[in-house]
Amino acid sequence: MTTTKMPTSTPLVEVQNISKYFGQVIALKDISMRVGAGEVMCLLGDNGAGKSTLIKTLSGVHGHDEGKMLIDGEEVRFNSPREALDRGIATVFQDLAMIPLMGISRNFFLGREPTKGFGPFKRYDSAHADRVTREALKGMGIDIRDPSQPVGTLSGGERQSVAIARAVHFGAKVLILDEPTSALGVKQAAVVLRYIARTKEQGLGVIFITHNVHHAYPIADRFTILKRGRSYGTFEKSDVTREEVASMMAGGEDLENLSSELAEFERTDREEAKDRHDGKRRTRET
Amino acid sequence: MATATRPLDERVRKTGFLRKLLNRPELGAVAGAALVFAFFAVVAGDRGFLTSTGTISYLEVAAQLGILAVPVALLMISGEFDLSVGSMVGAAGVLIAIPIAEFGWPLWAALLLAFAVALVVGFLNGYVVVKTGLPSFIVTLASLFILRGATIGFTRLITGRTQVGGLKSETEGSFLTALFAGEIGGVPVSILWWVGLVALGTWILLRTSFGNWIFGTGGNAVAARNVGVPVNRVKILLFMATAASATLLAAITVLDAGSADVLRGELREFQAIIAAVIGGVLLTGGYGSVIGPMFGALIFGMVSQGIFFTGVNTDWFQVFLGAMLLIAVLVNNFIRQRAARSR
Ligand SMILES: Nc1ncnc2c1ncn2[C@@H]1O[C@H](COP(=O)(O)OP(=O)(O)OP(=O)(O)O)[C@@H](O)[C@H]1O
Ligand SMILES: [Mg+2]
Repeated sequence: MTTTKMPTSTPLVEVQNISKYFGQVIALKDISMRVGAGEVMCLLGDNGAGKSTLIKTLSGVHGHDEGKMLIDGEEVRFNSPREALDRGIATVFQDLAMIPLMGISRNFFLGREPTKGFGPFKRYDSAHADRVTREALKGMGIDIRDPSQPVGTLSGGERQSVAIARAVHFGAKVLILDEPTSALGVKQAAVVLRYIARTKEQGLGVIFITHNVHHAYPIADRFTILKRGRSYGTFEKSDVTREEVASMMAGGEDLENLSSELAEFERTDREEAKDRHDGKRRTRET
Repeated sequence: MATATRPLDERVRKTGFLRKLLNRPELGAVAGAALVFAFFAVVAGDRGFLTSTGTISYLEVAAQLGILAVPVALLMISGEFDLSVGSMVGAAGVLIAIPIAEFGWPLWAALLLAFAVALVVGFLNGYVVVKTGLPSFIVTLASLFILRGATIGFTRLITGRTQVGGLKSETEGSFLTALFAGEIGGVPVSILWWVGLVALGTWILLRTSFGNWIFGTGGNAVAARNVGVPVNRVKILLFMATAASATLLAAITVLDAGSADVLRGELREFQAIIAAVIGGVLLTGGYGSVIGPMFGALIFGMVSQGIFFTGVNTDWFQVFLGAMLLIAVLVNNFIRQRAARSR
């Protein structure tokens, strides 16, 4: 069922047979996946399938226990997210990774602060940070009032937009987006999809996680489906229809399976009703 | 440029200068310091509180606490506590005094030893905290006792006493003595150290990348790490800074008095935390300033000396201190809620 074509060039990011354990929990087992320049890889799967865990190993949040990770064909092992960022891998995490009491522009540049001056007079360039943040968010259709407004007071969608704008701004090679559109309005979601398309045109690789088939299908080149921590397969877009993708999103069951399951539910419901009926009769007899 | 001439957004209400002021973390401490000053100026103004001697006496007390409060506040903003600073003051004191008095070391070598040991202690505190993930409250509570105990034990082992005196003849006239315990125009240098450290701490916190990392680390360590902040390094460096500031205070007091006492610095860890909290630093981290704790230390100094000037029994000082702490926490809580809501 896996219809992976041979890669035409070295992928930007590739994982080979990666496994990740949290104590007894097997979060990922034997996952292989790659994304090349100018490609959008859609990572699909049910809740708890291991999507976030997989992208967290790619972005250096936690190391993998087995398997190989390759950047530009070179095997790497990230010890911190900073190392991944230094290799041009920027991530929008599902929890957004923001500091609530900190202002928007300081959040935007946290860990990558712009400075001016030299030596001991090197200092944080807040004017530059404010300007870039404002422009980056304007590009997403969000007009911020005050760049020093604490992020904790932004709306959920505004916060998500800040995280995306930040990753787009710092992603030099690969952009990873973990459910970036979940809280966004129609307009902002469209902007994010347009950003992904533009990022792809610029020759970056994109890994995109979503539960929304209308967001995934138009933009993706390839789908990798995870199911209970294992890979269910990788599919080229040309090989699958929108409906097939939609059913695979539900964890890989196809629709026929689903309908037979529904029939099964009906049958057990009927039997239970009958049992209850019988049970009542039996209690009356005793 | 979008900065100065930017037209006001229609969703922004004009907020007055006063409202903006209310959102500063140090506001409570500044207001408190003004109140305390006014109180003692009225009650003890004619008994010497307002004289230059009186002023310098409370500034000196404030400076000794304020020097500790700068890194302690930064560490608290990064989300950690250091309860071992008080013990570090005592330990550093005998580390300076014993080599000079017992082994005839030159002053510079003794100071170097004390600072080196302090940096190692600070590093170990930080390392244990970040590697084990245990609350720093517990880890440094352990160091509080270990350091104090070791200080008493070693001092008695080497000198047979718990005090090391007679340093004056060895340290008198040295440039280093003037640097730590001298006077400039009648003002003790400890006050200048304090002001200098506050300026440095404020610069670091508000104008450098490292300052941004401190806020990020305390605000949400996981998020900060995920966007590339070296969270562990930030914490370890700040633990080293608190230990170094304790050693600076030890150098000041030992060279000033010409002696060291194993019990010196007791309760300093709590006083420094009180100064920071009165100064608007959030106990849970992620919010605060260095200016605020400076005023916290100033309040501490004015109250401890002011009570003396009023002639009221100084036993009541701690009652007042505790009450101040409670009020400060309540005020901060109120201000922070406003900051999070109304900005
Ligand atoms: N730090 C951890 N310790 C233990 N188990 C974990 C940890 N992180 C993730 N897991 C487990 O690994 C599995 C995969 O989690 P993950 O967050 O990757 O799912 P997901 O595919 O992103 O789901 P969702 O669509 O809900 O975001 C879950 O069962 C989760 O409980
Ligand atoms: Mg997830």
